[in-house]
Formats: sequence, C-alpha cells, structure tokens
Amino acid sequence: MAIPKVVGIETEYGILVKGGESNPVLASSVLINAYVAATSPRIGWDFDDERPGSDARGFTLDGGPDVEMHLVNSVLTNGARYYVDHAHPEISTPECRGIREAVVYDRAAEEIVRCSMEYSRSVLADDVELLLYKNNSDGKGNSYGCHENYLIDRGVPFGRLVADITPHFVTRQIFTGAGKVGSEEPGTSVSDVPFQISQRADFFEEEVGLETTLKRPIVNTRDEPHCDPVKYRRLHVIVGDANMSEVATYLKLGTTAIVLTMIEDDTFPNDLALANPVPAIRIVSHDPSLTRTIGLRDGRRMTALEVQWSILEAARRHQKRRGFASVEDADDVLNRWEQVLAGLASDRSTVADVVDWVAKERVVRAYAERHSIEGYDVRLKALDLQYHDMRPEKCIASRLGLRTIAGADEVRRAMTEPPHSTRAYFRGRLLAKWPESVVAANWDSVVLDVGRDPLRRVPMMEPLRGTRELVGSLIDSSDSVVELVTRLGATPEM
Amino acid sequence: MAERVHKQTPASERRSDADTENVAVPVTETGEKLKAELDDLLDEIDEVLETNAEDFVKSYIQKGGE
Repeated sequence: MAIPKVVGIETEYGILVKGGESNPVLASSVLINAYVAATSPRIGWDFDDERPGSDARGFTLDGGPDVEMHLVNSVLTNGARYYVDHAHPEISTPECRGIREAVVYDRAAEEIVRCSMEYSRSVLADDVELLLYKNNSDGKGNSYGCHENYLIDRGVPFGRLVADITPHFVTRQIFTGAGKVGSEEPGTSVSDVPFQISQRADFFEEEVGLETTLKRPIVNTRDEPHCDPVKYRRLHVIVGDANMSEVATYLKLGTTAIVLTMIEDDTFPNDLALANPVPAIRIVSHDPSLTRTIGLRDGRRMTALEVQWSILEAARRHQKRRGFASVEDADDVLNRWEQVLAGLASDRSTVADVVDWVAKERVVRAYAERHSIEGYDVRLKALDLQYHDMRPEKCIASRLGLRTIAGADEVRRAMTEPPHSTRAYFRGRLLAKWPESVVAANWDSVVLDVGRDPLRRVPMMEPLRGTRELVGSLIDSSDSVVELVTRLGATPEM
Repeated sequence: MAERVHKQTPASERRSDADTENVAVPVTETGEKLKAELDDLLDEIDEVLETNAEDFVKSYIQKGGE
C-alpha cells in the first residue's frame, strides 16, 4: 500500500563574484551569513544523522562522499536548511506533504536567495556584488544539482524501484527540462547540438549508483532516510534540472510522486524498461523536435512523448481503480500532465508558459533572428545563462510570462513559517519561539538546552508527526522549552 | 492517445505552416499580437542582456557540486 508522499527539493545555486576575487566557498558563506545575521539567531546543524556513504543496495562505501562539517550551515524558521555545499550555496526546502506546497517553498527559497544577495551588499565593498543563478551547468562541463526527495515504503524491492522509475526519469525531461544552448557531452559541440532540452542530461554516465559528483547515476542509491529506517526510504533524485517555471517544478514533483505510488502499489507498467537508459537520456535531451525514438528492452522503439503517454495512461487507470490518496494535488497534477503532453505533441507554443526549455528555446530563436545570428554566437549562451539570473532586473525567465501557481503572500509567509503538515512544523516553530534553547537541529531531531539538565535530543523519526495538528497548541501554550519538553514526554502522539 | 502522438508535426514544418496563407483572420491577429509582444520583449532583452556577452560567458565558471 502506497504511503503518503512527503517531498522536498535541494537546490545548489551557481554563484559569481562580480568585481571581486572568485572564491565561491567564501562567497557562499558570506551570502548565507548575511541572510542569517539579518533574519535570525544562528542555529547549527547537527551532523549525527549524516551518512551519505550509506548505499540503498545494502553496503557502506569506504571513503564515500564527505560531509563538510566546517562550512556554514543553518536551519531557518521555515524548517529549511541553508548551507554551503562544496562551492555553492544550497537551500533544502522543509519537508512538504503537498506538491503545490513544495513549489511554494521552492519559490520561498528563491526569495531567500534574493534577500541574501541584497543583505550581502552591506558587508561587501561597494563595487563587489554576489550574483546567483538557479541553473545546473556552467556550459564548460561543470554541473551542480537540484535534487528531489520522496518518502517511500522501505518494503518496495529496490531493484523493481530502479527498473520502474528509470523510464520516467529518462523521458520526463520533455516537460521538466530547463533547456541549454550547446552540449557538454564529451566529443560533441554546439554545432552538433545547438540547443537541448535538459541542463543535466550530458552529465549522467551510469544507470544506478551512489555517486553524485562523478559518474552520476540516473537512479541515486544514497540511503539516508532521515527518518525511521525500518519503515521508510528517502528516494534521493539527482537527475532533474532546477526549474524557473513553477508549473514545471510542480509537474516534476507531482508526476514523480504519482509514479512512485504506482511502484509501491505495483501498478506501474512492466513493459517500459529501456534497453540503454544512459544513451537514451541524451538522445531525448538532444532532440527538441521530440521525434527521435529510444529502444525498449522488449525490442520496441518509442519517442519520449510516447513513453510519457503510456505512463500517464497507466496513472489514469490507477486513479480510476484506487485513487491517489498518497499524493496531495494528484488529480490536478494528472490534468496538467495530460495538458502539457498534448501541447508538446501538437502546438509547442501553447506550453511556452509552463515548460522552461520551450520558453528558453523560443526566446533564443527570436533573439538570433532579430540579430541575424546564424549558428552559434556567444550572445545566445549569455541569454541561456541569464534566463536563470536571480536578480529581478536581469532575469530573463521572469520576463517570458511563465504561469505561476504560488501566490506572492504565501511565498512571503513561507520564507519564515514552516509547513503545517510535517515535522518541519515542530522544527521551525521551536526555532522561532525559543531560538536560544535550540542548540542544534537536523531532519530527524532537535537538540534542546533545558537549563541545568543535560541537553535533550527530541527525535522526530516520523515525518508526518510534529505537525500543527499534533503539537501546535502544545507549542503555543508552553511558556518555556522546559515546560514543552515535560509536556511532550507525556504526549506519545508527538 | 497514441494517435495524438503520431499526429505530431516537427517544429520546423509547423512554423512554415503558420507563416503561409490559409490562416484564418483571427489567428493572424493573434499571431501579430504575439509577434508584437515578442518584439517588445526582445527590445527589453537587448537592454537587460549583459553588455559584454563574451566576458560574461567566459567568466561564468562554476565548480562541480552535489
């Protein structure tokens, strides 16, 4: 039986130091510190739970990816984590029960980045400015990620999960791709691939594996559930692009949550397995005409659109027979999924307001036409990069009439207030109400200073506990963190 | 569903269809409105685009992440 889908997004932003020395680690720290100093008391992240070397296939990698403990790392009152990862500022949204809700928190993260850029000006020299980009590649072979996370049932055999999710990951890019001028696949150039669908497809070399920085796999096996490891798995998805279009983010999360539900209930079609997923992901990305076919294991060939129609049809059957109680907003996601596929199949321009790569391709083409540019010109690459510029006065995406689904007021609220329906509520509210007592926090626990007694760690192993419904009045009516902890001890429901 | 997919025409063909006659008047008006909007947008982009595209693209270097 499918379990409720709790979702979240981690986005690494590209960073440039305009007018100053290029030190991205330092620049990222300055950016985040400026925000934290201006908005909240600094709460450290608790690394007790971090095991990025732990593999879903059942072994632990020696010398696995390191957690960089010395870098800036903060927890925000909206339940998010804001930190320096490698050489990028990164925001992980709080855990969200709703797909639309997750889009609101991804948008809030963008606004937090914009505020950070603003705040950082006061600590930088007048002619120095930090510039942030919500994209995934520098066009020179370096990529950074936008990862999605989904709560799934530990009982699903991992092999079946990999087999079933792969065709979706290879083909969903036709509506989730953020578009890219040129190619970074070794051996190809911009004359072979003037424009492609995805930012990320060029960087995937394996079907399945633990790495995220080298030999990136289409299905990542990092096994850090950040919750009860007996009941749950957190699927860590590294194959996606960061989206500027809110609807694209919504579809990326919503369709994947629906596919995962079908996998949990074993209703996903078993005849869509791909013969060679790694070359296929690039074939799809390098073909904006959407006409090239990819090979299936059973010998058939299908376009990415045909694979997507097949998945959608199966999802419609599932919807009719059992519904999608596990995915909030599922009915709306299914309708929009159908609309976007129909638009891509008939008149591309009808989805230019929801699909990033279509919007970007359109403006790149129009710009080339106006300036009589034949083939490649560096101005087209500048346009590509600037599509993702986080400065409102420089951002191209925000000028293209992309449809929105998050209201300005709720985005503003989501910058400081946590979602109500997950444990992020408990984490965020505690930070807002008793910042001096929260010594550290991470996804599945909060460490509290309760005065003379030893520090108390409050475990939160259930992502759907610690909600406003369960602890809202308890937090509101407690006068001190000591009182809260005492009363929590008497509340097994938390 | 599959039928819908098969009816798909490549982008290049569609564009030439729209450019040639045989299009109903309201569609042309919409097309012209769209074109005017796109023209305005391109004017704006000409102003907004980094002035030295060559330097900007060259300096846009990131370390791999994740």
